[in-house]
Amino acid sequence: MARGTLAVRDLSVSYGRAVRALRGVSLDVPEGTVTAVLGANGAGKTTLLRAISGTLPFHRGAVDAGTVRLGDRPLTGLSPSAVVAAGVVQVPEGRRVFGRLTVEENLRAGALGARGRRSVDRAGAAESTAAARERVLELFPVLAKRARQRAGLLSGGEQQMLAIGRALMARPAVLLLDEPTLGLAPLMAERIAETIREINLQGTSLLVIEQNAALALELSSAAHVLEVGEVALHGPSAELAGSDEVRRRYLGVSEDTPEGVAVSDAAAPSGDHAGTSGTPEASAGRPVLARWTG
Amino acid sequence: MSTFVELVVNGVSVGAVYALIALGFVIIFKATEVVNFAHASLLLVGGYVTAVLHDDIGFLPALGAGIGTAALAGALIEVLVLRRARVENHAVLAIVTIGVDIMMTTELTRRIGTEVLSLGDPWQSRIVTIGGVGIAETRIAALAVASLLITAFLLAFRYTPWGVAMRAAAEDGEAAALMGIRLTRVSLGAWAVAGALAAVAALFLTVFPTPGLDRSTSFAAMKAFPAAILGGLDSTTGALAGGLIVGLTESLVTGYQGQLDFMGRGAGDVAPFLVMLLVLLVRPAGLFGTRELSRV
Repeated sequence: MARGTLAVRDLSVSYGRAVRALRGVSLDVPEGTVTAVLGANGAGKTTLLRAISGTLPFHRGAVDAGTVRLGDRPLTGLSPSAVVAAGVVQVPEGRRVFGRLTVEENLRAGALGARGRRSVDRAGAAESTAAARERVLELFPVLAKRARQRAGLLSGGEQQMLAIGRALMARPAVLLLDEPTLGLAPLMAERIAETIREINLQGTSLLVIEQNAALALELSSAAHVLEVGEVALHGPSAELAGSDEVRRRYLGVSEDTPEGVAVSDAAAPSGDHAGTSGTPEASAGRPVLARWTG
Repeated sequence: MSTFVELVVNGVSVGAVYALIALGFVIIFKATEVVNFAHASLLLVGGYVTAVLHDDIGFLPALGAGIGTAALAGALIEVLVLRRARVENHAVLAIVTIGVDIMMTTELTRRIGTEVLSLGDPWQSRIVTIGGVGIAETRIAALAVASLLITAFLLAFRYTPWGVAMRAAAEDGEAAALMGIRLTRVSLGAWAVAGALAAVAALFLTVFPTPGLDRSTSFAAMKAFPAAILGGLDSTTGALAGGLIVGLTESLVTGYQGQLDFMGRGAGDVAPFLVMLLVLLVRPAGLFGTRELSRV
């Protein structure tokens, strides 16, 4: 499903016209890759996904400036269903499966968004939905076993699988995952990670938000670190995993070697933005906070 | 004994009609979390259009027009009033529907005046006798049509894409939007379906033994409120159970009024509300308005 790069440019978002949640954030999810976004609570990770999916109005938020594009198609300002129809589907934080619906019905609900696409006629849509279901059940055989069970009665891991499977029913070109391993046992988290790799191998690009930095850096080819609404660091994941700052802050490793790699340049263009002037820039030589070092 | 059977049959039949109204009430609540106080006037619109048109175009087309108009009226309320009102609080929207109801009812009662309009139904006042029990044909028709519609609705709710979208949106609007479900469409559909069901109910509320459609018909429609509430506002099953309970209570209390002297006259009108209060004392969320068990 070739649709091009998901490109976020200079995105600024505020809630209730008062609280700035994102300031001039730019990042790319090149076609066929896994990109990770790291950051502490409140850094704006979930806001970023809301802005891409068009669900900010549910939280009284709005995009103040900047664009989101998929290939050459602008997504900014579209309704959530139009974003899904364009091929960008989100698995929200906390799974959010429809607990009172059966597993099977959850999957059907996931396929509803794909029906809005103009390119496919009815028969074609039914066929590709069947193909999508087959693929989902292949990825998560447990969902086939529990098809008639209410989703609310599944375990946390199974609910996460269902949430991912439900999103895949819309046959996304880009899948957005918000904290897919949050609250899962390590073994289950590892299984979810494997699935993410598998989904990527099958040709879907992924943007993964993950509080488990080690896992996220291992999965992704590139990563961005958000801090207080701005991209503080970004670069190839392997490089970031080797950088002292990331290791100290997010991987819980303390080493006393001096400053190494990958320092932000994404924050620089955002300085031109009227809305972001006056806010402290993420600076290159930002000292590592003492409390993070063990 | 035959009186009892008769009362039960009548009660179930009227109850099925209340269930139709309550069902509309419940799906609006499920889809939009708005308690729709304008429901009685939607019903009145449907009934009025049928009553006005049946002489010229015949009963069935007139009924069709009534159903269509009520559905349209529901959809218009959704588009013109509720969608534009940008408020977070659903209680505010509920109050807005009271305003809509007052406006619509006022206009309709002005048009109806003091007349009692017939809806031109084919059953009139014929009575069939089955095993020594006389039952009005209208009651049988009401029961048959209401059961058919309710079954069709529940099947659609369960198996069609519309039903899945509706239930998904009712449970978690934001997650449903993330799946590409259009919430505006879901809500529009709920209002239109509720209007259509109310129009059918209008027919069966005004046929024999009721004299016809008059300004008090909307009060009769109000009895669907206790039905929806005692069943549980967010439960379709509850709407059905509530409708039947209210219908039966009303029918039996009215029928045995002689033996229930202590309740005074007109107890049949009050009894459904008493039942509602009793149910709510025991189950504050209504009979089926349950909190689901879920593992997190």
